[in-house]
Amino acid sequence: MALLEIRNVVKRFGDFTAVNDVSLSVEAGEFFTLLGPSGCGKTTLLRMLAGFEQPDSGAILLDGLDMSRVPPEKRPVHTVFQSYALFPHMTVRENIAFPLKMAGWDRKKIDSQVDELLEDVRLTQFGQRYPHEMSGGQRQRVAIARALVDRPRLLLLDEPLSALDAKLREQMQIELINLQKEVGITFVYVTHDQGEALALSHRIAVMSHGQVEQLDIPERIYSHPKNRFVADFIGQCNVLEGTVKAVEGATMVVSIKGCGDVKCSTVPGVVSGQAGWLALRPEKIKLDKELPDLPDEAYFKGRVHDCLYMGDVTIYIVEVGEGVLVEAMLPNNIPGVAKFFDDHDLVEIAWRFDAGSFLTE
Amino acid sequence: MTLQQRIGKWVLSWPPLVYMVLFFLVPTLIMVVAAFRYPGDYGGLAPMYSVEDGKVVWDLTLENFQRLTEDALYFDLFIKSAGYALATTLACILMAYPLAWLIARSPKRYRDLMLLLVILPFWSNFLIRIYAWMIILGPQSAFTRAVNWLVTGLGFEPIQLLFTPFAVIVGMVYVHLPFMVLPLYANLEKHDMALLDAAQDLGANAWQRFWRVTWPLSLPGVFAGSALVFIPALGMFAIPDILGGTDSIMIGNLIKQQILDTRDWPFGSVLSIMLTGGVLLIAALGAAVARGGRKRG
Amino acid sequence: MAKKNAWWLWAAAILTYLFLYLPLVIVVVFSFNDSRLNAEWVGFTLDWYRKLFHNEKMLTAAGNSLMIGVVSSLASTVLGTLAGIALHKYKLRFLPFLVLTPIAIPELLMGVSLVIFFVIVNQLLGILELGLITIILSHIAFCVGFVAIVVRARMQGMDESLVEAARDLGATPFQAFRLVTLPVIMPGIIAGALMAFTLSIDDFVITFFTAGVGAATLPLEIYSMIKIAVTPEVNAVSSLLMLLTLVLIVIASRVSPSALRANG
Ligand SMILES: Nc1ncnc2c1ncn2[C@@H]1O[C@H](COP(=O)(O)OP(=O)(O)OP(=O)(O)O)[C@@H](O)[C@H]1O
Ligand SMILES: [Mg+2]
Repeated sequence: MALLEIRNVVKRFGDFTAVNDVSLSVEAGEFFTLLGPSGCGKTTLLRMLAGFEQPDSGAILLDGLDMSRVPPEKRPVHTVFQSYALFPHMTVRENIAFPLKMAGWDRKKIDSQVDELLEDVRLTQFGQRYPHEMSGGQRQRVAIARALVDRPRLLLLDEPLSALDAKLREQMQIELINLQKEVGITFVYVTHDQGEALALSHRIAVMSHGQVEQLDIPERIYSHPKNRFVADFIGQCNVLEGTVKAVEGATMVVSIKGCGDVKCSTVPGVVSGQAGWLALRPEKIKLDKELPDLPDEAYFKGRVHDCLYMGDVTIYIVEVGEGVLVEAMLPNNIPGVAKFFDDHDLVEIAWRFDAGSFLTE
Repeated sequence: MTLQQRIGKWVLSWPPLVYMVLFFLVPTLIMVVAAFRYPGDYGGLAPMYSVEDGKVVWDLTLENFQRLTEDALYFDLFIKSAGYALATTLACILMAYPLAWLIARSPKRYRDLMLLLVILPFWSNFLIRIYAWMIILGPQSAFTRAVNWLVTGLGFEPIQLLFTPFAVIVGMVYVHLPFMVLPLYANLEKHDMALLDAAQDLGANAWQRFWRVTWPLSLPGVFAGSALVFIPALGMFAIPDILGGTDSIMIGNLIKQQILDTRDWPFGSVLSIMLTGGVLLIAALGAAVARGGRKRG
Repeated sequence: MAKKNAWWLWAAAILTYLFLYLPLVIVVVFSFNDSRLNAEWVGFTLDWYRKLFHNEKMLTAAGNSLMIGVVSSLASTVLGTLAGIALHKYKLRFLPFLVLTPIAIPELLMGVSLVIFFVIVNQLLGILELGLITIILSHIAFCVGFVAIVVRARMQGMDESLVEAARDLGATPFQAFRLVTLPVIMPGIIAGALMAFTLSIDDFVITFFTAGVGAATLPLEIYSMIKIAVTPEVNAVSSLLMLLTLVLIVIASRVSPSALRANG
């Protein structure tokens, strides 16, 4: 049985539907991420798990028990707030001890448990400080320690790293992964940062407009987006319009509009003549002055339209057909060379047939 | 809402609500009704109704309101009070604007101190602040003598400062000045300095920059401050009572006299209602202007 | 960066500050002046203070003022805190109007309606004769709004998620209020209480209407003194009152540095 089960949950604010019929389950010990653009309903879903909002319909089950009538303080669920929500009038120790006091632990046990948590988050010397005397990263760790101290069944984290600068965020990501492994508590993590989601999660639910668009492991979300929204939202992606020309067992032929025919893996249920899009990651595209036209690769001639120098890589936008632009990305792996091609250069591009995936929606 | 939440709301809002109904709303309503009653034989109010042959006869009247129109004195007094309040407001704007501007443009670390220095006198006793001007404007004070030295030097008769309209307005400006500085500062502080640079860049001189950019943008602050000054000034009675002479009384003094001295409560109530009406009118006007300003901003 | 301000701006500002402070300085200086006239400096004396401390009427009035200030600030702090929290948490129809209007209208109007109210109640029920009690009841009525504003401002400045965090970590709604909300808004409550105390101890207009004949407060006593004759004894009591206010402000700024600004 899954630890957390969300069944057909709907939440409306007035006539606006913030969460629209979401069903998913989270296994014990999992690092599960809700990923989606701003306003897609991630926080609302999380607040229903914590008990701050009630679903209009559907059910939330924790360990098989219906949570709908359980107030927040009675749920074995804790939240790490985006603003950390550390109590400003309490020291770090008092903050971390708060849930234990509420649960009626005795003082000795509270003290030793708090010590242990302070050690876990490497803040042993900071117990007597007040939150405003700590840095953003330290506050973050206090918030996590406070939420973990009484070993909840489920930890909810709402964009916990968004207030930190890029360097610190990366460091905290590593710490979060390690911490989660160490304590073995199930994390439900909310973010709108796709990189963060891919780096941290065991599984990701991509949301948009209150619905789950795709739920899968990070690799598959990235390489096999289910629809145009996911393809677009996760990383850079070329989306080329086309029609299925023929289905030949495991592969099928797609005719790209204004460009030509290519092959790709067959999508179950797709029939010849169906319109759709071919999704193609820029880093999977080969680009050179001259390339061999291999039997298992798509191959086109084109002209460089624009170059974007990004430091580690350069993105070349290549016009392969009438108005058809394809982005390809090359690593700048030769010292001193920022661009291998210039605007208007004639180039050739190619990709393996299994690099692209066909989207019907 | 759950039962618990409802109890919470009840516990929080009922005690102050009941208290304010009892000691603000009910007295106000009684005052409104009093305006339609006859004065009692020894002051106060005559009975509101009498019982004749088992039937209730109401003794209410509009006479008190008619009295307002019978004598131009009352209307004139309202106009004069509004004039004093307006003069006070304008003087406050003139004095507060440069100060508020300077504070808003000062380095952040000095601003709180400079503001505190504006508010501090406000926290000292109201009467003391008026009393201070009794000393300064009194006939033997250094200030009065200096003024009269100047006046007689120019060939005029020596003048009196205390117990004149001038003293009343000085006192009112003194008491209300912080209420003009604070909203003005709050407004000016938010101004984007780049706007002035842009205006200068486009060829506006200092005066044009003020008149065409800063002033229009600061109007919400000016109006907020004006309401905060004009409304209490309009209903002022202590300052004209202490600093003013017989020719410089305001509507507040008449109300005080009707209520406490003559004890003609119905007419005192009528005057109070008129004053309330005036205040509400100004407040509504201010709110409308503020709303218009927001729309444009 | 900020441009240099013109010299005349500085001049205007300094004149304005002088305008604000010179009168108060004069009051204090003349309280030490060895002359009945507040006109010229003659010599230093503490006579006026000595006289003041032997003035029975003044001492009684001061005692009354203190008592009224303490009682009405305590009561209005309780009511105002409840109101401030309620105003922040709920969309209420009548409470904002009832609590905030007394601040916005001229004090005189409240004085008029309250004196009529108290006299009528006294005639009908035989309770609430004009005196200390009616002064206290009136002061509470007009201080509640000020406390409510300061407390509401503090509530608005409080991170909403603090209460949710407390609930999330196992606190009941009441525990969350007692352990988190109340301590966090406490500086606002204390600032509101100090403000109510100063407003009460300083109030002249409403007290003037609701005092009746027997009860005297410090402002009423000062008023009758300056109506009769301007003597440096008034300067002395004024100076002491200013000192008291200053002490209160220092306390307030220690408790809550933002509180002094909140009332602006
Ligand atoms: N209490 C509320 N009342 C009305 N509308 C609300 C409320 N809470 C959320 N919404 C609306 O529901 C939608 C989803 O909000 P939610 O906070 O869940 O988004 P989110 O995915 O967390 O976005 P973000 O990444 O910006 O935090 C938004 O359009 C928001 O305006
Ligand atoms: Mg959110």
